[in-house]
Amino acid sequence: MISIQKASKWYGDFQVLNECSTSVSTGEVVVVCGPSGSGKSTLIKCVNGLESIDQGEIIVDGDIVDAKKTNLNTLRSKIGMVFQSFELFPHMSAIDNVILGQVKVLKRTEEEAQIRAIELMNQVGLFEHSSKFPAQLSGGQQQRVAIARALAMDPIALLFDEPTSALDPEMINDVLDVMVDLAQEGMTMMVVTHEMGFAQKVAHRVVFMDEGRIVEDAPTDQFFNAPGSDRARLFLSKILTH
Amino acid sequence: MNYNWNWGILFRDPYLGWLVDGLFWTISLSLCAWVIAFSLGSLLGIMRTSSSRVLRLLGTVYVELFRNVPLLVQLFLWYFVFPELLPDDAGRWVKREMPMPALSTAILAIGLYTASRVCEQVRSGIEAVGVGQQNAGKAIGMTEPQVYKHVLLPNAFRIIIPPLTSEFLTIFKNSSLALTIGVVELTAMTRQIEEYTFQGFEAFTAATVIYSVVTFTVMFLMRIVERRVRVPGMIPVS
Ligand SMILES: Nc1ncnc2c1ncn2[C@@H]1O[C@H](COP(=O)(O)OP(=O)(O)OP(=O)(O)O)[C@@H](O)[C@H]1O
Ligand SMILES: [Mg+2]
Repeated sequence: MISIQKASKWYGDFQVLNECSTSVSTGEVVVVCGPSGSGKSTLIKCVNGLESIDQGEIIVDGDIVDAKKTNLNTLRSKIGMVFQSFELFPHMSAIDNVILGQVKVLKRTEEEAQIRAIELMNQVGLFEHSSKFPAQLSGGQQQRVAIARALAMDPIALLFDEPTSALDPEMINDVLDVMVDLAQEGMTMMVVTHEMGFAQKVAHRVVFMDEGRIVEDAPTDQFFNAPGSDRARLFLSKILTH
Repeated sequence: MNYNWNWGILFRDPYLGWLVDGLFWTISLSLCAWVIAFSLGSLLGIMRTSSSRVLRLLGTVYVELFRNVPLLVQLFLWYFVFPELLPDDAGRWVKREMPMPALSTAILAIGLYTASRVCEQVRSGIEAVGVGQQNAGKAIGMTEPQVYKHVLLPNAFRIIIPPLTSEFLTIFKNSSLALTIGVVELTAMTRQIEEYTFQGFEAFTAATVIYSVVTFTVMFLMRIVERRVRVPGMIPVS
């Protein structure tokens, strides 16, 4: 589904990604973790072409992301993305956020889009808040609407970039619950997160990044029980002790 | 000081009519120039923030050209120099045959100049909405024009209502420069009243009051507009 092959990227002289290779197959949940600045966000943004890579290749659903002939808009409409800072469209009600892409990109009728949006607002447990505007919702609620917005496109995979790290602790679980449900329903997911509980519960594999490299790419059990690198061990000991 | 105050003069024929006419032309000039400034400025603002390097460069060149030459100089260039650069027939048309040459030139000059300022406001508004919103729009598969139309512009314009209001009011004040090429707008009419009646204080006081009333009215209306389009739950910035 998603295959990243020796992807490298530079910002000027600074190499953010250094020959990163990994993959996410259909139905698989891959958690990406690593210290701040290690390139996790950059890597995940390269998957749907929000950032471009300078070397290597990323293939999504058979299309090379950075190839000229690839229609990035079409590709992006198939891959949902959820951001750390939610990024709901502030001038639209929650449900209109979920409707917009369906109508403008998928060309569904208003009625079809509305029906699907209501379904999704229910799924994320926010139907009663449908007509509220983003600024009237809590962070956790906004993030769940953002997940609904991504799901409205009937994506073949979802990308998450630290979806809970801007949230107050008591709201994190509401969002994680939605994500766990998705994972258990077989959604293909690539998730940048430091929620190791989530990783242990649903991830098939964990990718550990440091200084632009993928240092470790292992099945979840192996990653937690017998990490292969000192870096990962150190990271885990830091993150699991608090 | 031996000055014979005579406020009544302002309401006497034909002077009242002159003031009304002057105000009419000032407002017409300002509104027409604003249409140019707003539409061209918005387009330029979009260009300056777009992903196309060529469009960005064009936008930048325009802004640098038009913003850095004083408006009065631009007005003279358009009125006196530009027609000479055209082929004979076209030059004559611009100078004489086109309807209301001075007024049209003033509208164009002020509109084009203010477009460069509106562009910068639009650009800063779009930048304030942010890369995150742009990415969110792209991530659901919207094209760049769609992202502008449905995400960036609706939010950017809400943010920049106050600076755009003051750009409009700047046009309104700058419109008085048009008298230098012979447009008889409010300030020109005021001077004319002074010349005919020697009641300069009254005439210019009247002009000041009229300019202020229009300014306050516009500000008041834009406050209402701002409140109308405010997004529920958002705390106003100012
Ligand atoms: N547009 C940019 N220009 C220059 N450098 C950038 C840019 N974006 C990111 N970087 C740098 O690239 C590195 C990787 O950034 P990235 O956001 O991918 O890290 P991250 O692993 O997601 O970190 P965090 O956990 O803090 O989100 C950082 O050192 C960052 O400063
Ligand atoms: Mg990040």
